Amino acid sequence: MTAVKSTDHEHRLHPLPLRVMHWINAIAIFIMIGSGWKIYNDDVILGWLHFPDAVVIGKWAQHGLQWHFFGMWIFVLNGIAYLTYGITTGRFRRKLFPISIRELFATVGDALRFKLAHDDLTHYNAVQKILYLGVMAAGILIVISGLALWKPVQFSELASLFGNFQTIRVVHFLCMSAIVGFLLVHISLALFVPKSLLAMINGGPSVSDDTVPETNPVH
Amino acid sequence: MLRTPTPSIFRPRKSVDQRVLSQKRSLVHDINRRNVLRGAISLGALSLLTGCDVTEDDSVQKVLRTVSAWNDRVQATLFRRNHLAPTYSASQVFKPARFNAYYDIEDVKPIDGATWKLELAGLVKNKQPWTAQQIYALPEQEIIIKHICVEGWDYIGQWSGPNLRDFLQRVGADLTAKYVYFICNDDYTESIDMATALHPQTILATKYAGDHLADPFGYPMRLRTSTKLGYKNAKWIKAIEVTNDFRETFWSKQGFNWFAGI
Repeated sequence: MTAVKSTDHEHRLHPLPLRVMHWINAIAIFIMIGSGWKIYNDDVILGWLHFPDAVVIGKWAQHGLQWHFFGMWIFVLNGIAYLTYGITTGRFRRKLFPISIRELFATVGDALRFKLAHDDLTHYNAVQKILYLGVMAAGILIVISGLALWKPVQFSELASLFGNFQTIRVVHFLCMSAIVGFLLVHISLALFVPKSLLAMINGGPSVSDDTVPETNPVH
Repeated sequence: MLRTPTPSIFRPRKSVDQRVLSQKRSLVHDINRRNVLRGAISLGALSLLTGCDVTEDDSVQKVLRTVSAWNDRVQATLFRRNHLAPTYSASQVFKPARFNAYYDIEDVKPIDGATWKLELAGLVKNKQPWTAQQIYALPEQEIIIKHICVEGWDYIGQWSGPNLRDFLQRVGADLTAKYVYFICNDDYTESIDMATALHPQTILATKYAGDHLADPFGYPMRLRTSTKLGYKNAKWIKAIEVTNDFRETFWSKQGFNWFAGI
């Protein structure tokens, strides 16, 4: 079943609220990762991995902690606003679904042959869709595991889902690693295709919703 | 806080044999002193070069500490008064306990239990000091709980001693006061909110794994509560004050979160 959304509704590819939330999130992620690395250094999970002072936020342990428990409010509140916006406006449904398995293999094949088509900013390929959904899942899990790390006694029911305290730390750490991995790809491609970076600043081309057929009109 | 080997799935279970430390104590001391000196010189050079660290900047510290104080209030709201922390079996207890303080284990100044007295101050009716023998004569409560350090490591410990709520009632403390403040033999200070002081798993520990506390772990008496990070559990307590006045503590003065609830 295919329906068409209300016509003559034109807007930018990235509406202003979305752009604001994107850049607030960028700052929050920067604070959380830098300060998280500082906290990690005081009791490393991997014996060989110690983050150099040059890339951590906070001079001493308490400063890393202060930044982390400051940044968490920005990350969580902004993240809730972003997810609410994406779901209620239908943006996630339009941009990230459906995911075609055939397209996924085709895109991976192209990428391996260095055919990185990124000409149409208004359409995400299957790999992009999976990466964006994946990083959102990592973002949600890092908050849940963070909550369990912060309050393993008050939220002992939540903490026990993970197993013991050290397991929660490992989950939190792996979510961070996934987000850092995403950022490496995300930032490289944004620099590789500068107009995608520009679009997140000025909003990008005008698009109209009616060009996008909806596969599921039932709410 | 001292770095201690951590139980991790990526690391061997058994910790390093500590005997070699005492055998080579003078050598270890020498190395530490040299490193501290070198660190001080390079840190000084760095701050000369960069001017300042953004975190150390007064205005940044003001913002971060305001948020930390806000987080204290959030944590007090989240605190569940009668919710018990997970407990463990005696076979899971880590022996001996892990040492941690802002100085090395060999710098611990042992307390003479025969002359030690616990002083009481503030909103307490009966301020008669207590001897160790009098404390030992009180009913004992045992808790086997996790000690979680702000650094991220943890271990299971078996602690026993009088319940703090019972003790406060016994000495006629004002249980509606806001804070219980601990003054320690080593210039350490800590304070906890009254709700935590009255929690069923908050005790004045005098024993670990059934034996009197060893000197490095707070002999003759320390605080153990299941709902706070390690550093809130004051060791070598020499005075307890019940008060409505908030005062910064050893670590909170340096920027660590005061409530430090888990």
